[in-house]
Amino acid sequence: MASSKKASVGRRNFLKGTAGGAAALLAASHPAPAQSTEPARSASAAVTTVERDPSPTVEVLTADRPGADFMLDVLKAIGFDYIFANPGSSFRGLHESVVNYGGNKNPEFITCCHEESSVAMAHGYSKIEGKPVCVFAHGTVGLQHASMAVYNAYVDRAPVFMVIGNTVDAATRRPGVEWAHSVQDAGVLVRDFTKWDDMPVSLQHFAESAVRAYKIAMTPPTMPVLLVADGDLQETPIRPGERLHIPKITLASPPQGDSGAVAETARLLVAAENPVIIADRCARTPAGLKLLVELAETLQAPVINQYGRMNFPSAHRLNQTERARTLISNADVILGLEVWDFWGTVNNFRDQLVRTSRPITKAGAKFISISATDLNTKSNYQDFQRFPDLDLSMAADAEATLPALIEACKRLLSADRKNAFEDRAKKLAEAQHEARGRMLAEASYAWDASPISTARLAMEVWAQVKDKDWSLVSNTAWPQRLWNFDKHYQYIGGAGGAGVGYGAPAALGAAIANKKYGRVSVSIQNDGDLMYAPGVLWTSAHHGVPLLSVMHNNRAYHQEVMHLQRMANRHQRGIDTAEIGTTIKNPNIDYAAMARSMGVHGEGPITDPNDLGPALKRALEAVSRGEPALVDVVTQPR
Amino acid sequence: MRVILVTTILASLPLVAQTSGDARNGRKLFENYGCYQCHGHEAQGGLGTGPRLGPKPIAFAALQRYVRQPTGQMPPYTAKVVSDKDLADIYAFLQSVKQPPPVKDILLLNN
Repeated sequence: MASSKKASVGRRNFLKGTAGGAAALLAASHPAPAQSTEPARSASAAVTTVERDPSPTVEVLTADRPGADFMLDVLKAIGFDYIFANPGSSFRGLHESVVNYGGNKNPEFITCCHEESSVAMAHGYSKIEGKPVCVFAHGTVGLQHASMAVYNAYVDRAPVFMVIGNTVDAATRRPGVEWAHSVQDAGVLVRDFTKWDDMPVSLQHFAESAVRAYKIAMTPPTMPVLLVADGDLQETPIRPGERLHIPKITLASPPQGDSGAVAETARLLVAAENPVIIADRCARTPAGLKLLVELAETLQAPVINQYGRMNFPSAHRLNQTERARTLISNADVILGLEVWDFWGTVNNFRDQLVRTSRPITKAGAKFISISATDLNTKSNYQDFQRFPDLDLSMAADAEATLPALIEACKRLLSADRKNAFEDRAKKLAEAQHEARGRMLAEASYAWDASPISTARLAMEVWAQVKDKDWSLVSNTAWPQRLWNFDKHYQYIGGAGGAGVGYGAPAALGAAIANKKYGRVSVSIQNDGDLMYAPGVLWTSAHHGVPLLSVMHNNRAYHQEVMHLQRMANRHQRGIDTAEIGTTIKNPNIDYAAMARSMGVHGEGPITDPNDLGPALKRALEAVSRGEPALVDVVTQPR
Repeated sequence: MRVILVTTILASLPLVAQTSGDARNGRKLFENYGCYQCHGHEAQGGLGTGPRLGPKPIAFAALQRYVRQPTGQMPPYTAKVVSDKDLADIYAFLQSVKQPPPVKDILLLNN
């Protein structure tokens, strides 16, 4: 990289000079600068500084090429499209480099209103784009805000790349706030739920660690990584003649399953009478969906989508998700592809006073798992679920293993097996048709009710978007059952760690990713979730992100209403008090007004189902102009 | 991300007993006692939470038996907190729930 040929000054000297100047002012007359947001230094301390460290004769106050410029070169070389961040003084050098040296393009700074939103937006973005954006945050207060969203991304195996500001050298910290914003080991706060972190002490170290971090984040299991950008490194000018090198960015090939285990899996699947394929976080890339279709069609085996990713077309005759319990109960071979909770999939668990469980599968059924999660399991947080009784387990990326598994299955196909598969395919198609009929009948109940049924809401939205290039950027049940999903970007899965507050920012991040493709992003937005950090509405308006948010406004943290009811019933008291502390009523929140206050087109609250279609149409007109819009719909609980 | 299936067994079993109850009070109790939380305000059922209960509920005796001693995930409603009279009123509400229009007549379900 090019480096400045002009004379430069070290930050330490720069700061000493500044401190001396300030001290002189303080000593002369004024106790503290006007409008200061930091505590004033005491006059005696300032005088002491002057005595020990007189100002240079000619004070150097400017620099042409700060270290942050090179850090930005590194981030540009990696290929980040955006920086999601609140502003923060611990990365002010990097921020300035992004907007001035980098021209605020590739990456572009997206202004967020909460660090948890920044990370959750990055999480949602990665679900659509398959790669991370960069998040900036304070190393202390910012990362503490962000930590819940980091945990969600970790559990969801989503790549997020964080750069956090910190000032390690205590001798150069500004008195007051900068001390509160500095930490010995910034990464420790989230080390239990990130894949890797580092604290570079030189620019070359930063370059190598940044590329290493990106590679680690993108190698399955993909996960969040964190890099500390030291304040001194950001603000100290690059030394004249300093040779800096950005390493070549070569991502690792994803790990494939062992060839012997793949062959044995194929043998079991081809021989099985009732095989079932269960996909959870399987489709990492657009290729994943196509490969899973190929495997299912090769075997004419039913697929159960657990919706961690957009794994399988919803209308495909082999999509038998509606019949999951029946199929699992009758299966002789179950293949789990990146299944988060295999044990919970093959067992029934009762949440009564005495918690009990029992297997729901037939005796002798074979369980096979392919999961990259086995390659990276940590101790403290217990997201790894109960240990399942597996017959074959491949610590490998499921999507990367599918081509070899498909070929292995094809090699074993005999005429007899093909005939058997054709018979199975016919039965499955009939069963799917019947299940679809039952599903539609279910949707018809409470069709005209107020509050509006969630099935009605889903189908009113579907009627408006089905002929567009749409992307559902929320995790919502009725659309999964009733809409026609067949493209990888049409669904983004869930939060991972079930930390409330993920939905709204993840939808926005996904919508930012969809924007350049001209897709209509639609989110069915839970009310409790939006209230965690509603500032994302402002971010969406400020940056002109076309996103339709349709409120699933049941005026409650409804999951918790049900949990409290369970406790009251169990204790045989107060069964009419479950709404205390769990609902969001009195006053009811006017989400449309809230949206409008932040520059978002707002409709509602809609309580009559007949008003919903026209409101959605008006909102989509705003979205088609490149604006965000929100329709507040007062709904049934679920 | 385990899929929790919603069955409609409760709603589809044949009606074998009738009770007299106050449907209006039953609707109120259905709300106050939290039945709506899992089964919806109109007893239509909730995704992953509870099955449809009406219209055409199962026999009162079967409903009563299940409510008092559920064999699945449902929390128990003992006689200490919901009297037989209250349950009869709730049952009357379930009986009063109207049948929706046929699917073929709902345009949005035929797209």
